[in-house]
Amino acid sequence: MNRLLVRAGGLYTTVQDTGRFGHYHMGMPPSGAMDIYSAVVANMLVGNADDAAVLEATYVGPKLEFTDDRLLAVTGADAPVTLNDEPVEPWTAVRVRPGDVLAFAMIRAGCRVYVAVSGGIDVPVYLDSRSTYTLTGMGGHEGRKLVDDETLQLAADGQATGSGGAVVPENLRPDLDCPAELRTVVGLCSYRLTEDALASFLGTEWKVTKDADRVGYRLRGGKLDFTEREQPFGAGSDPANVVDLGYPIGSIQVPGGDEPIVLLNDAVTGGGYATIGTVISVDRDRIAQAKTGESVRFRSVDLDTALAARRDRRERIEQVRQQLGR
Amino acid sequence: MATIKAAMPGVFYRRPAPEKPAYVDDGDAISAGQTIALIEVMKTFNEVKADESGTVAAFLVEDGDEVDVGQDIVRLEG
Repeated sequence: MNRLLVRAGGLYTTVQDTGRFGHYHMGMPPSGAMDIYSAVVANMLVGNADDAAVLEATYVGPKLEFTDDRLLAVTGADAPVTLNDEPVEPWTAVRVRPGDVLAFAMIRAGCRVYVAVSGGIDVPVYLDSRSTYTLTGMGGHEGRKLVDDETLQLAADGQATGSGGAVVPENLRPDLDCPAELRTVVGLCSYRLTEDALASFLGTEWKVTKDADRVGYRLRGGKLDFTEREQPFGAGSDPANVVDLGYPIGSIQVPGGDEPIVLLNDAVTGGGYATIGTVISVDRDRIAQAKTGESVRFRSVDLDTALAARRDRRERIEQVRQQLGR
Repeated sequence: MATIKAAMPGVFYRRPAPEKPAYVDDGDAISAGQTIALIEVMKTFNEVKADESGTVAAFLVEDGDEVDVGQDIVRLEG
């Protein structure tokens, strides 16, 4: 009871909630689900609090065996899901029983799937969160990704008695189309780019390289020129260097001028590279579902647009809640 | 025609290290679960394992090429 058996860990499956906040100034990034919308909706489907801990699996999903009666929901990337080798629907609450085995086939679109189980994954809370930060080995399940043949604890209060069946309508599921358009607030150090370089940055279709993970996404596809300047005291000698600053989550830096890096949930919190823009928080859900080999584009928006997008997402989440009667 | 597909995107390698021989060559018999290549993604080198036994007819991807999820990487004989 209250256990989830990990038969296969998948490629990179971690325990994540909605993030670890309030410690950024200490150098602790938020971690948490990369695609927040999918994680929150998965929780809603199984009757959990929005910020309960779920599993986030990248590219190759895990194989999980249940030991008690639970509700289960899979959201995020589009991958065929099976329960005891029979297909089950994603974005749907599914009733599971002891001995049931959940498995995934190869993803068709998107990058990360989310698995919520009623009650939530019960790992110890570390600095106010159950999220895993693998770079330092903190939080989540022993600070690391899941491995084959181990056991996760589930919260005792998540035993299901009712049936599943609640489903998120198609129009409230995220868009996984490629190329993803990432709305971006230009700054804080965009003054370091020439005017042409900024236009070129916004006009280029950037390809996601193999170096794209929870820390950041390294992109390729263009070359950006920096303006001439006298190296300021405290800044490095690379034209992309500035005096150290705190990096916004979602900020874009361009070491060397040719490979922009979008910093994400597990990234370093500050340093000495010019950040030329910041992907708005809502569209971090989009980049989270862009996989290596796909393309992304950046579209310049102002702060009001970014805040409106955040309100829109909040409203969408409330729409789902109403639809599901949670 | 049976093939082995890439389960993840990334950069494809046929050998465990640059100076090492390839895991398998055309014409070799392979068994299910055997490592036949690597795919590098998210800063890790992930082993590609054969999902069924057979004989390698041809590799469809060159060493160092980028591969996508679901892309055929090996054609098996028969």
